[in-house]
Amino acid sequence: MKILVPLKRVADPDNANKIKIPAGGATIDTTGLEWKPNPFDEYALEAALRLTENGATPKARGGEVIVVTFGPKETETTLRAALATGADRAIRVDAKDEELDGSIVAKALRAIVDKEKPDAVVMGKQAVDGDSNQIGQMLAQHLGWPQATFAATIEEEDGALLVGREVDGGVITLRVKLPALVTVDLRIVAPSSVYSKQTKRDFKYNDGVRFAALPAIMAAKKKPLAELKLSELVSDTSLKVQYSRFEAPPARKAGIKVKDVAELVTRLKNEAKVL
Amino acid sequence: MSDTLIVAELADGKIKKTTHSAITFARQAGQPFSILVIGAGAKAAAAELTGFGAKAVLVADDASLASYVAERFAPTVVEVARSGGFGVVVATASSFGKDLMPRVAAALDAGYAGDISAVSADGGKLSYKRPMFAGNAYGHCTISTATQIVSVRQSEFTAAEPSGGASDVKDVAVAPAGPGADRVEFVKFDQVKSARPALGEAKVIVAGGRALKERFNEVLEPLADALGAGVGASRAACDAGYAPSDYQVGQTGKIVAPALYFAIGISGAIQHLAGMKGSKVIVAVNKDGDAPIFQVADYGLVADLFGVVPELTSAVIAAKG
Ligand SMILES: Cc1cc2nc3c(=O)[nH]c(=O)nc-3n(C[C@H](O)[C@H](O)[C@H](O)COP(=O)(O)OP(=O)(O)OC[C@H]3O[C@@H](n4cnc5c(N)ncnc54)[C@H](O)[C@@H]3O)c2cc1C
Repeated sequence: MKILVPLKRVADPDNANKIKIPAGGATIDTTGLEWKPNPFDEYALEAALRLTENGATPKARGGEVIVVTFGPKETETTLRAALATGADRAIRVDAKDEELDGSIVAKALRAIVDKEKPDAVVMGKQAVDGDSNQIGQMLAQHLGWPQATFAATIEEEDGALLVGREVDGGVITLRVKLPALVTVDLRIVAPSSVYSKQTKRDFKYNDGVRFAALPAIMAAKKKPLAELKLSELVSDTSLKVQYSRFEAPPARKAGIKVKDVAELVTRLKNEAKVL
Repeated sequence: MSDTLIVAELADGKIKKTTHSAITFARQAGQPFSILVIGAGAKAAAAELTGFGAKAVLVADDASLASYVAERFAPTVVEVARSGGFGVVVATASSFGKDLMPRVAAALDAGYAGDISAVSADGGKLSYKRPMFAGNAYGHCTISTATQIVSVRQSEFTAAEPSGGASDVKDVAVAPAGPGADRVEFVKFDQVKSARPALGEAKVIVAGGRALKERFNEVLEPLADALGAGVGASRAACDAGYAPSDYQVGQTGKIVAPALYFAIGISGAIQHLAGMKGSKVIVAVNKDGDAPIFQVADYGLVADLFGVVPELTSAVIAAKG
């Protein structure tokens, strides 16, 4: 299977409470926060790698995983890391963050899919900076492909994927015929979440994403990385959504520590009046 | 400005409560609105929505829409939006709205503002406020396309109450299935059945973390029963299988804002806080007095949960009785 995995770098999500919003609110300032791959994109890459291998040791890979990102030259670090983890080749679309919105990225990805003709696009359900949860669904529409969003499990069948989607109230199972688009949720990296046709159904992965070994990091430097221009991919580059200002959320004050259950219940009843 | 179109959500032949948050949005946006009820059984359910002041309740009822898949639902939403000249199309950002609305936006080549927490009309133009960075920033945005697609955060738009009147109910044509529809098959829905209030609607939520281990239900259920509460969980508790995934509260799970939220054995990671910081009163029970959850808790109890939760349960029963 040939799979395209879009990746985005984000300001360290575990320190998202350290972002600053300068007076006037013109921007969000993430200075001082390290760039990290968007966690959901790392999970998508892990899922794509699992779909293109046999699981067992020795590992046999089949198919191809192509990673793509949008951004300035430095974002190649994110791509090299993905190549070290196991992706086969990478594409960087040269662009500045300010030039992009969900609609533009979805259209640019469509142009890349038209050219690369993968069997599937596997991507994160949301980037944890903008928290929009939109590009997969938009891309699927542009391609005229079926979509299976918020996937917690993927099983490869002949020419199709059986996908378990985490939704309100339970899990919906969809069968999507290839080519198809999948966006992944957190639990896609659990030990028994993803099976390629070659992987035995009793095989269990380590929980979480795999890490690159040192030789792989060296080898990744030689893997192909192509550069494209945004204007080669989309003709209309006007933003549909414009942000005029940002603000910090109101701070929530820490309350008090109570000494025991009796005090807690008395306060909930008489002070907070919620019992 | 032109009218707003609300996309209602159906489950088991009934209107889901999530729909009422989208109605609140439409009232705040200030334009006349219509409601589209789409799915098999929509016709019977439409009566539930005629008392909210909509110009019309539009019904797209067809056997082909028995199970929700975006590829079959989006074309009708798009067609109704287009032919009716609607300026804003809105749904609640439930898993249904999040799956459907960006697809609708792409089909209409329209801008999308997802999971918004507020709307205001500035000089005749709608401005949307969106939580970003796990709720550590709000962005204010506007959409420049003729049709604007929006999804609203249920916890930030209080469910609308009926306002009287009787909207007309009109059938609309079900559009031909969209591209990709012939390649998707709905296999099944494994529903987590629960007699408890849904997290989005619960007034009280008891949430547990990794610390509960296999005793998650045994420890939390009695307290939840005593409070008539919904039950939530941290990601760690869901990942470990102590609680169903559907319980997850947080940036990437359910966003809740009940009157009272209990965080039991939850450390208070950024991603968890993003889903519950809006609660009115937060109670935390944690044996680590430095756990970040105490920075947002109104009442903190530093203690071993296995000892104090049963005690708390009895005390709540006594206090309520
Ligand atoms: C992309 C991404 C998305 C995420 N989305 C979410 C999300 O939506 N929701 C979410 O919750 N998390 C989310 N997370 C995970 C989050 O970062 C934390 O890992 C998670 O919330 C931790 O869960 P926890 O508090 O139960 O576990 P821990 O952090 O392990 O905390 C357990 C707590 O229990 C306390 N404890 C232990 N034993 C006892 C005892 N006997 N009595 C009392 N207290 C005890 C400990 O002191 C500790 O504070 C996400 C992470 C990523 C990377």
